[in-house]
Amino acid sequence: MNIVVLVKQVPDSGSERSLDPADNTVARGSADNVVNEIDEYAIEEALTLKEAHGGEVTVLTVGPDSAADAIRKALSMGADKAVHVVDDAIHGACAPQTSAILAAALGQLEYDIVISGAESTDGQLSVMPALLAERLGIPQLSGARKLTVEGGVARVERQTDGGYWALEAPLPAIVSTWDTINEPRYPSFKGIMAAKKKPVTKLTLADLGIDPATVGLATATSQVLDFAGRPPKGEGVKVPDEGDGAAKLVDYLASQKIV
Amino acid sequence: MAEVLVLVELDPTGSGVRKTTLEALTAARALGEPSAVVVGAPGSAAAAHDALAEYGAAKVYVAESEEIDSYLVAPKAEVLAQLVASVSPAAVVIPSSAEGKEVAGRLAVKTGSGFLTDVTEIAPDGTATQVAFAGATIVHSKVTVGTPIYTVRGNSVTPEPAPAAAAEEPVAVTLSDAAKLTRVVDRVVEQKSSRPELTEASIVVSGGRGVASAENFAIIEALADSLGAAVGASRAAVDSGYYPHTFQVGQTGKTVSPQLYIAVGISGAIQHRAGMQTSKTIVAINKDPEAPIFELADFGVVGDLNTVVPQATEQITARR
Repeated sequence: MNIVVLVKQVPDSGSERSLDPADNTVARGSADNVVNEIDEYAIEEALTLKEAHGGEVTVLTVGPDSAADAIRKALSMGADKAVHVVDDAIHGACAPQTSAILAAALGQLEYDIVISGAESTDGQLSVMPALLAERLGIPQLSGARKLTVEGGVARVERQTDGGYWALEAPLPAIVSTWDTINEPRYPSFKGIMAAKKKPVTKLTLADLGIDPATVGLATATSQVLDFAGRPPKGEGVKVPDEGDGAAKLVDYLASQKIV
Repeated sequence: MAEVLVLVELDPTGSGVRKTTLEALTAARALGEPSAVVVGAPGSAAAAHDALAEYGAAKVYVAESEEIDSYLVAPKAEVLAQLVASVSPAAVVIPSSAEGKEVAGRLAVKTGSGFLTDVTEIAPDGTATQVAFAGATIVHSKVTVGTPIYTVRGNSVTPEPAPAAAAEEPVAVTLSDAAKLTRVVDRVVEQKSSRPELTEASIVVSGGRGVASAENFAIIEALADSLGAAVGASRAAVDSGYYPHTFQVGQTGKTVSPQLYIAVGISGAIQHRAGMQTSKTIVAINKDPEAPIFELADFGVVGDLNTVVPQATEQITARR
């Protein structure tokens, strides 16, 4: 089974992040760049599928040169090879443009199943699998907390508020995973060493047959006009509980007309 | 007046529409005259009619078919794309659920348009407000290509009635094969609860690591019930097995923006703040006076949650 995992490098969500005032894009130098956390669950799911069905796991990412670190992490977990689409013209691309690039790259790969994380911690759009399904004409099985593949059919439990939807579709299909689906493995020392020798193919927009003028900040389908830090909250009230903490709390709620 | 399409999120129990629909209708009015779009099983529009009329739908496009609910996301995007082509709306506004965002994305590809997700406000000139990076940054954005598509984040717009005709217009539904690739075989509800939906609730009471056990979450639930609130949990509490993942509030869980958020035994790591920072009023109960959650709190009690929470529950119940 040929499995492609989509991986995105993002600024670490555990640190202070910002936009770049120069062009209102995500400032990639403001925080450590890491593999989008939920993508690790997608990688784990891909490796589990490979262990059960055989085949190969290919990592696919679109991003600047620094995204090579994200690829390395995925390879050290056990993926077999990687494709890195890197081109200066991509800077500032919107989601529809990025989906066109990923779709073109997937068009050059053989896959039975594509797996991604359900959401990135920077953009938080949660739409890439839907965009790719639309562009590639393949089924979308997004938001999975469970995935099984059998006889050319993928079945997913799509996590919902208070339960799940049981989804079913023929392969090839695209699946996205939440962090409820598995427990990602840590790269072993052996895995880290082996990753250094695994093939990484770099592709430009030209390699994908995409006109650079159709991609990037200047032609993005939406634009950030301006941004600002959230105005700091006014100093709140903090009271120690000296037996009357609950009463003061309830008085406060009453003053806000909540109780 | 310009026509704005608003995708209706039906009430899953079949009693009409979700509050998110009323919020989307209200937000859409900044851009023009809302036309509601009902995509669902036969009878959906009839059940939704009164709410749609009360909240400003001049028209209701009715796309009903037995098979629509059997397939994921794609049929709704297809119906909307058909309407975008035939009525050339000024914009499309969709509630920002997981499904709503995916419908928006597929519609954007179909119509060659830009889209903005999780907007908290739409200005008459089409500029949308979004919050980024755990709620720490406020962004203004605009769609620059095609028919602008917005998804409106739950609880960010207050629904305001504006009676309108809600004149129904049937839409013929002929789903393409491409819209029928992913079958929804079953919809399973695991946690039947009388409490409001976490993302829709006007009050949320969340417990964290400090609650210390699954059993002790009963005091969180009791406080929530005294306020008619939803129950949430921090990642630390979920990872410790105190409460189910469905209720996780935070970067990798749900984003809530209620009128009142009460954080109990939650330190307030960025992971958690990402999911609740935009709440209108924030109350914190924590025994550590240095806990970062107090930086966000409008009102904080430094004390033992095991005494403060039950006492507060009792006093709130007594006032009711």
